[in-house]
Amino acid sequence: MSIKGKAYIAGIYEHPTRLAKDISLAQIHAQCAKGALEDAGLTKDDVDGYFCAGDAPGLGPMSMVEYMGLKPRHVDSTDTGGSSYVLHVGHAAEAIAAGKCKVALITLAGRPRAEGMATGTVPRSRGGTPTPDEPFEFPYGPTVVNMYAMCAMRHMHEYGTTSEQLAWIKVAASHHAQHNPHALMRDVVTVEQVVNSPMISDPLHRLDCCVITDGGGAIVVVAPEIAAKLKRPKVKLIGAGEFVKTQMGGKVDLTYSGARFSGAAAFAEAGVKPADIKYASIYDSFTITVLMQLEDLGFCEKGKGGAFVADGNLIAGTGKLPFNTDGGGLCSNHPGNRGGLTKVLEAVRQLRGEAHPAVQVKNCNLAVAHGTGGSLGLRHGSATVILERE
Amino acid sequence: MAAQETKERKLPAPAVSQETQAYWDAAAKGKLLVRKCMGCGQAHHYPRTICPFCFSDKTEWIEASGKGTIYSYSVMRRAPVPYAMAYVTLAEGPRMVTNIVDCDFDKLKCEQPVKLVFKPTDGGPPLPMFTPA
Repeated sequence: MSIKGKAYIAGIYEHPTRLAKDISLAQIHAQCAKGALEDAGLTKDDVDGYFCAGDAPGLGPMSMVEYMGLKPRHVDSTDTGGSSYVLHVGHAAEAIAAGKCKVALITLAGRPRAEGMATGTVPRSRGGTPTPDEPFEFPYGPTVVNMYAMCAMRHMHEYGTTSEQLAWIKVAASHHAQHNPHALMRDVVTVEQVVNSPMISDPLHRLDCCVITDGGGAIVVVAPEIAAKLKRPKVKLIGAGEFVKTQMGGKVDLTYSGARFSGAAAFAEAGVKPADIKYASIYDSFTITVLMQLEDLGFCEKGKGGAFVADGNLIAGTGKLPFNTDGGGLCSNHPGNRGGLTKVLEAVRQLRGEAHPAVQVKNCNLAVAHGTGGSLGLRHGSATVILERE
Repeated sequence: MAAQETKERKLPAPAVSQETQAYWDAAAKGKLLVRKCMGCGQAHHYPRTICPFCFSDKTEWIEASGKGTIYSYSVMRRAPVPYAMAYVTLAEGPRMVTNIVDCDFDKLKCEQPVKLVFKPTDGGPPLPMFTPA
């Protein structure tokens, strides 16, 4: 059974806040849910499927189901970190195709800034019973940034990728963010500014990193017969793929990501090729994340990502592959340190023709949204969806 | 060029489990153990009793030579005491998460030969780390 054409994204919402000092975590989830349902033209009582991940307060979906007064007949709280919500879109389509629900709500929220969390630079133990990997990693000081940095270091070693090429990814994101009034960083930056920003963990500089923001978002995925009755432009899901990439028992290879497999599955299901894609939302925790995923999704040959992203090739209006036209996680928003949901949102805006006019891709009828969650250098979950305007 | 001395860094103790007690007991004696599968003949890391390659439960400890090369590394600059995170490829095959210590971090390179050293932790067994050979 394929999910191709079995589900539509009918409603989206991105919380405008980037610092949520006076709003609770549950409140952000609910405000996003309300926003996405209103965008779709649906109500809370239409929701019969609910999806959330580890950012939701409580055990799995239960606390938020209660808080929002939902009565779902299908729930899924699969957590693959920041890629969870991209994966949830695929799972929602599966559930809809199997007749388990018709209106699936996906929510995300987080408050790392308000909580003063040292997101990227401090090693974190999860507490409780240690994972089997923890004793062999945590004492050495793995952080978010240094584990991604090791991927960049190896990519540079094997393929000659440069810091200037990585910097072009931030430059492109900043060109887009200047048009987004909600973006945390709206200043256009240059390659020189990126490579001259302070080194955090070699070879990643401060401006190779994404922003740290509070906020959230929501997505409403519906059955075709529901989509047909709604007034919003129709965005159809035509392919989805997921994968978990690990250290493979010590056969570690930092030069590629799980996008190689999640992307291949999604493109095969959709029956389209990377060259057909008009707009790409690519997970952008760091510049290296984008570069590796573009290669792994098949937008360019492995090892040629540096040349592909250079010289503004990702900038809407001038480049061949406009990416993250909302400014992405690199400049606009990375709510709760989980950037997958916002990837889907901007892809939907592009397909609806509702992106900012300065970055709207002409005749945008086919888009990809891709997420990486966990740590690219340790173990991560990849999820890819391919969306088509109908 | 002053080496960044890791002795200033307080290393947390690893959480020892029933499955890996022998690994940490050996570490306390200055030995690095690797788990090898007698079914498929391959060594893996981190150690498990069931081989992650062929799922055989006939796995045994072998002592590693302590020789390896740097697969990748990154110097964490934004830390109270900067340190070098790394993956080292052991002569026995597996790549392991570790630190490179007692050296000039600015001269590290991928594929550089390294040798085993141990560094004490805060109340637990010492951690296997590496230094340029």
